[in-house]
Amino acid sequence: MTGTVPNLIPAMPEIILALGAMALLMLGVFQKGNTFRQVALGAMTLMIAVAAVLISVVGGETQVTFNNMFVTDSFAIYIKLLILLGSIVAIMLSMKFMQVHQLDRFEYPVLIVIATLGMFMMVSANSLLSLYLGLELQSLSLYVLAAFARDRNRSTESGLKYFVLGAISSGMLLYGISLVYGYAGSVDFAAVSAAVTVDTAGDNLGIVIGLVFILAGLGFKVSAVPFHMWTPDVYEGAPTPVTAFFAAAPKVAALALFARVMLDAFPAMADQWQQVVIFMSVGSMIVGAFVAFMQTNIKRLMAYSSIGHVGYALMAIAAGTQQGVEALLIYVTFYLIMTVGVFGAILSMRRSEGMVEDIDDLSGLSQTNLPMAIAIAIFMFSLAGIPTLAGFFGKYYVFLATIDAGLYALATIGVLASVVSAVYYLRIIKVMFFDEPVAPMEEQHCKMVGGVVGISAVINSPVSALLIAPIALWAGWAASSLGS
Amino acid sequence: MDLSSFNLLTYMMIIPLFGAVVILFSRNPDSAIANANVRLVALVVAVTVFLLSLVLWAGFDPSTAEMQFVEKYQWFGNINYYVGVDGISMLFVVLSAFLMPICILASWETIQHRVKEYMIAFLVLETLMIGVFSALDIFLFYVFFEGGLIPMFLIIGIWGGKERIYASYKFFLYTLLGSVLMLVAMLYMINTAGTTDIPVLMQYDFPIDVQMWLWLAFFASFAVKMPMWPVHTWLPDAHVQAPTAGSVILAGVLLKMGGYGFLRFSLPMFPDATVEFTWLVFGLSVIAVIYTSLVALVQEDMKKLIAYSSVAHMGFVTIGIFVLNHQGIEGSIFQMLSHGIVSGALFLCVGVVYDRMHTRDISRYGGLSSNMKAYAVIWMIFAMASVGLPSTSGFVGEVLVLFGAFKWSSWLALGAATGVILSAAYMLLLTKNLIFGELTSEETRSMKDLTPREYALFVPLVAVVFWMGIYPESFLKPMRVSVAHLIETRLDPAMERAGLNEPHTADADSAYQE
Repeated sequence: MTGTVPNLIPAMPEIILALGAMALLMLGVFQKGNTFRQVALGAMTLMIAVAAVLISVVGGETQVTFNNMFVTDSFAIYIKLLILLGSIVAIMLSMKFMQVHQLDRFEYPVLIVIATLGMFMMVSANSLLSLYLGLELQSLSLYVLAAFARDRNRSTESGLKYFVLGAISSGMLLYGISLVYGYAGSVDFAAVSAAVTVDTAGDNLGIVIGLVFILAGLGFKVSAVPFHMWTPDVYEGAPTPVTAFFAAAPKVAALALFARVMLDAFPAMADQWQQVVIFMSVGSMIVGAFVAFMQTNIKRLMAYSSIGHVGYALMAIAAGTQQGVEALLIYVTFYLIMTVGVFGAILSMRRSEGMVEDIDDLSGLSQTNLPMAIAIAIFMFSLAGIPTLAGFFGKYYVFLATIDAGLYALATIGVLASVVSAVYYLRIIKVMFFDEPVAPMEEQHCKMVGGVVGISAVINSPVSALLIAPIALWAGWAASSLGS
Repeated sequence: MDLSSFNLLTYMMIIPLFGAVVILFSRNPDSAIANANVRLVALVVAVTVFLLSLVLWAGFDPSTAEMQFVEKYQWFGNINYYVGVDGISMLFVVLSAFLMPICILASWETIQHRVKEYMIAFLVLETLMIGVFSALDIFLFYVFFEGGLIPMFLIIGIWGGKERIYASYKFFLYTLLGSVLMLVAMLYMINTAGTTDIPVLMQYDFPIDVQMWLWLAFFASFAVKMPMWPVHTWLPDAHVQAPTAGSVILAGVLLKMGGYGFLRFSLPMFPDATVEFTWLVFGLSVIAVIYTSLVALVQEDMKKLIAYSSVAHMGFVTIGIFVLNHQGIEGSIFQMLSHGIVSGALFLCVGVVYDRMHTRDISRYGGLSSNMKAYAVIWMIFAMASVGLPSTSGFVGEVLVLFGAFKWSSWLALGAATGVILSAAYMLLLTKNLIFGELTSEETRSMKDLTPREYALFVPLVAVVFWMGIYPESFLKPMRVSVAHLIETRLDPAMERAGLNEPHTADADSAYQE
């Protein structure tokens, strides 16, 4: 393989994204006037094109290239399409907001494209080194995005906080990688996996410690307890469309990476990593459920809600089976759609004095703006996992996989935490439907945001009963390429 | 007419949903006309579904324990859209469809605020209730069972009384907590048995130690829904705060889901665990019957009194179910149907005086028999039906349950019978305070007797109460074969395994059959 040009076809989407990002950057720099709109539209077009390339050129077969550092398979395709969806929607949600808040600088869509590229690399990483590269590319873009409203203290603070904590976690991750490399003799997933057998897994202390460091680093990226501290501050401080982006695509990418590393690189050490993942999962579900009680800011609430949801997703990973991966994929699919819907709803509510971020400001929304109240109610019931709504199907698959893996206690804790978390989701519904209205919201005519909220609400509504069959089918297909 | 190809149950579920969508998109600038239209659409839809439910009853074949009106389509994975009814579930479907038009009529004038959402919530609830009783796929059942929380939460929370928010939360969280444990058990069953098919699972033999856990998980859900002592505390709050029609549906149908769940899941799927845990159920039920009856005696709020009496009556039902013989189970199903009608009617009666006086405080009333004669008669009928006077519906269920309980143990029958006496005490006390005595205050004196709309509400209910009391056979006949099948195929073998089946019981059973 050395000396020859590697097979570029599997990496075609990444290459297009990289070149496209450069081109958009050039366009932004050299074009006169404010180019935010053009660059944003360009970025969306680029990502739609990449989606087409993913489906038509790359396809779902497992292919490896760049000396085994890069892999593409049905799992990667599925997750990448979700990431593209999250990124495109994030740009759609931001168009109006950025203009109103004088944040309409062309760097924003470019950074999202670069972050998307980083996420693509993460999902396709087949060695610990390419994993790290992808993760850093994504993280650095996210740090900048968090501080994008650079004139606002909150935003810069959140960017800085994110950066410092993120750098520490990257350090831990890198340290873990070096330990694994030292003891396994390779960074390649297949080679690492071959170096350890089930019988010797416990004896190989170096790899176990390395694994724990890697888990800590990944735990930070998915914001699992006890590495979740940054999440509420960053969610609250970052501009809302950026928060919408954070909550959706990067979470999905990091969870996918998590699953791939555990199942492809450390399948023999399941007993070891399972304990850690179960701990993180239980912690996340409990913290997500209880701490969200006290929140008054809806963005902070969503931060804790996302921590809780990561707990459920980790539950699926803890199962360590193909069924678990399938459950994870279904879960994140609905989670992504719910999340963008919720943030779309948050973005479309403003009063003359500024954005509405307090839960109490939603009082009586059902009497002033019934369609929006219904949409938010659908999201909340769906996030709480109440049947007939989409969130329940995701939870169903996760619990099914967990129980299939014999983790009864974990599943029981999970369902109990879901009851606790129902309390704060219900609180929002209560505020909107049971309380008397306060001053009405400003009428906003951003068709894009409204469209996102509407479509997402329809998908989450009982209509999801019709969608679950194809989604489960695709998720099963995608999961088949992992852990085999 | 071949009804099996007609997808009757699906129509019964889709028509209310369709009505809800029509209401959602209806628009009229004049809110009075809009509200009138909405009410009319809801009523027409509910009556249509009720008529369909009569077709269901008429077309039901009581000579077989097989599922009837079965429809099965693949949904996703190994889960099917699979519905059908047998003798145990069919009458519950009819009950749901029967109470719904009454609820809508009962809200005709009292609900003036957000009528559109109100009717949508009720119609959606109707779909979900029919779904619960006809689902033959365990996943589908769970979806309907828990999905019903959403409309009820909104009904209590938006149109309820002063403490409505507390009550709606309590209702939602209690029920959710119970049912998520059931979900875990269901998932285990799906994984172990490899199917979500309820008829298949009803024949599946889980190992006995597993049955114990599964039984307890299902018990957590159904005991809350039923509700059994000590997890009944959500019910008085929910009843007191809910609007009248909400109380009717709650008492009439939602509580029956617990009893139905025991009969559909706990008994046939975990028969050995059922036999093991009868002592637990009997203990809780007897406490419920006696304790909540005593609590009902001292209530000052009419709705609360009826709510506690519901808990006591449901204690009766659980005793009947778990004595595991024909009389007990048939009696408890009958008692559930009767209680659905009677307690629903009692809540409507409370609603009638509440609409006039806007208080449920018993001490503010008195002497209504002198100025509201028709009301007093109707109240008496339902109060006596609740007590279980012969020739009313309450009597048949109570007597059958007591027979069944006596066959199990005379002490159990004694405990249950105490409840009958106490129920007479609190109902008569309430009747005395409400209907008899002197007309004390000016406000009660000025109260008007029933309006034609209210007559329309009560006449069908009175008719059913007497029909069930005088000729119970038309209700017992459809369930008989299904109940016998349940006992013979699942419960008797389990009793034998546990060494409990004494010969004389079997003789008595066969004598009853003839």
